[in-house]
Amino acid sequence: MEKLSIKEKKLEAINLDVYYGQKQVLKNVNIAIKANTVTAFIGPSGCGKSTFLRTFNRMNDYVEGFRKEGDIIIDGKDIYQKMVRVEELRKKVGMVFQKPNPFPKTIFENVAYGLKIQGIKNKKLIEETVEKSLKQSALWDEVKDDLKKSALSLSGGQQQRLCIARALALEPSILLMDEPASALDPISTSKIEDLIWELKEKYTIVIVTHNMQQAGRISDNTAFFYMGDLVEYDETKTIFTNPKQERTQNYITGRFG
Amino acid sequence: MKRVLMICAIITVLTTVGIVWVLFSESYTFFQHVSIWDFLTDTKWSPVSTEKHFGILPLLSGTLLTTIISMAIAVPMGVTIAIYLSEYAPKKFRYYIKPMLEILASVPTVVYGFFALTVVTPFLQNYIPNLSGFNALSAGLVMGIMIIPMISSLSEDALYAVPKSLREGAYGMGSTRLQTSFQVILPAASSGIIVSIILAFARAVGETMIVTVAAGNMANLTADPRETVATITAFIVNMSTGDVPQDSIEYQTIFAAGVTLFVFTFILNSISFLIKKRFQEKYD
Ligand SMILES: Nc1ncnc2c1ncn2[C@@H]1O[C@H](COP(=O)(O)OP(=O)(O)OP(=O)(O)O)[C@@H](O)[C@H]1O
Ligand SMILES: [Mg+2]
Repeated sequence: MEKLSIKEKKLEAINLDVYYGQKQVLKNVNIAIKANTVTAFIGPSGCGKSTFLRTFNRMNDYVEGFRKEGDIIIDGKDIYQKMVRVEELRKKVGMVFQKPNPFPKTIFENVAYGLKIQGIKNKKLIEETVEKSLKQSALWDEVKDDLKKSALSLSGGQQQRLCIARALALEPSILLMDEPASALDPISTSKIEDLIWELKEKYTIVIVTHNMQQAGRISDNTAFFYMGDLVEYDETKTIFTNPKQERTQNYITGRFG
Repeated sequence: MKRVLMICAIITVLTTVGIVWVLFSESYTFFQHVSIWDFLTDTKWSPVSTEKHFGILPLLSGTLLTTIISMAIAVPMGVTIAIYLSEYAPKKFRYYIKPMLEILASVPTVVYGFFALTVVTPFLQNYIPNLSGFNALSAGLVMGIMIIPMISSLSEDALYAVPKSLREGAYGMGSTRLQTSFQVILPAASSGIIVSIILAFARAVGETMIVTVAAGNMANLTADPRETVATITAFIVNMSTGDVPQDSIEYQTIFAAGVTLFVFTFILNSISFLIKKRFQEKYD
């Protein structure tokens, strides 16, 4: 894999250890992720993928017993420093969760939420942003006449695209996705995959997935985790055709077989 | 064993049916003497004076006045406490404070009544000169305090039941804790909170001892909380403990008032039932 210059690194973890109480869940993880790429995190259940993903927007802060050593650097800045406001960080680093979690509000209000909490009142700006975000998440045509309807009336796949739109409305530069399609049917899944492929023009995307084919289809680079270790990190095609580590090989073939 | 359980259930149902039957049949005789129109529009209630009036409005206004005062205390306090407990309080604190709040609800209401009469009223009289010895204000305030735990406990359950994923969604978009609580969690729990408020309202409407002891017993069509009023419940207590002959029209007023109360709380309970049903559908 090519070596990144300091400027090219969008996200970086340096000697990262993470503990929940006594238990160590990430062991000396080092990774550097390039801007405008899609990076997939794969590995067996419980190996620490979600935990790692959530260090990038500090969602672990709320977990009791969470402790980390090492650094997470985004755009050259250590995001765990005292002076960093997590609210600001999370506007820049959007997140989409495994289960669609729209707010019990209207479709419009869901997408406008991020702007509202920032105190933006300009109606025209809000409307434009809502439209733009829904178009980006390929949902606009399906909901443009129903913006006043409850978001809970949408299908699961639509809800997930709404959650993506909601995150995009904040114009983040990074999008973290934790198994965003695992609760969805194949058609919705393929829509989300197409979407991710388009979004990488503007965003740096990190996605956790259990679906090997999916990782193969949508990601530029893949990181394989096993019991808290980052075993192998390389271009996706290398990982899938010619992995250097036996454990990677086993995991991938085991999954396909 | 199954039999015993069934008999218990049947007894309960029969008792309820019996109560409703007596209530309606006795008030039926009442309404043969007094037209429903007079009952609902006459602005005076004086069933035992020489010049008899049977207008329910003064009792209804007394009931609503004390209820509204109590809700003005209980709703903001109860909901705030609920939000604090579910979103802010450390686990430990929550663990200890919840049972303590519930103790508030288990104090006998007659104690609250005398507290209102002998402590709150004299205290308020220092600041509000025209406050009667018996008044709607003290009774309402104390009733509000009594009802706080009912709202806070049920509302907290509703807030706590909001899925964790919604909290994460809000935090994930850069919401502060305050924004998460008030703009996402509170609306998501709103139906549960509204139900708790309606149930508390019904409780306040039906509350008897506090108002009987502290608000007085003077049917009085007024919106002035400083005045002595009579609620429907207080009237029923006073009338039943007095010495009116059975089968007299005075005696039957008890049932007419009772029916009014029954219809009122029945409607409130039905509304809360409907909301609860909709709420369940939403989160399944
Ligand atoms: N809140 C928590 N408190 C304590 N331990 C936790 C917590 N969350 C996760 N863990 C533990 O940390 C380890 C890593 O969990 P994590 O959720 O990051 O795994 P994952 O790779 O995302 O798994 P999956 O594929 O099942 O989502 C697991 O052993 C898990 O039991
Ligand atoms: Mg996970």
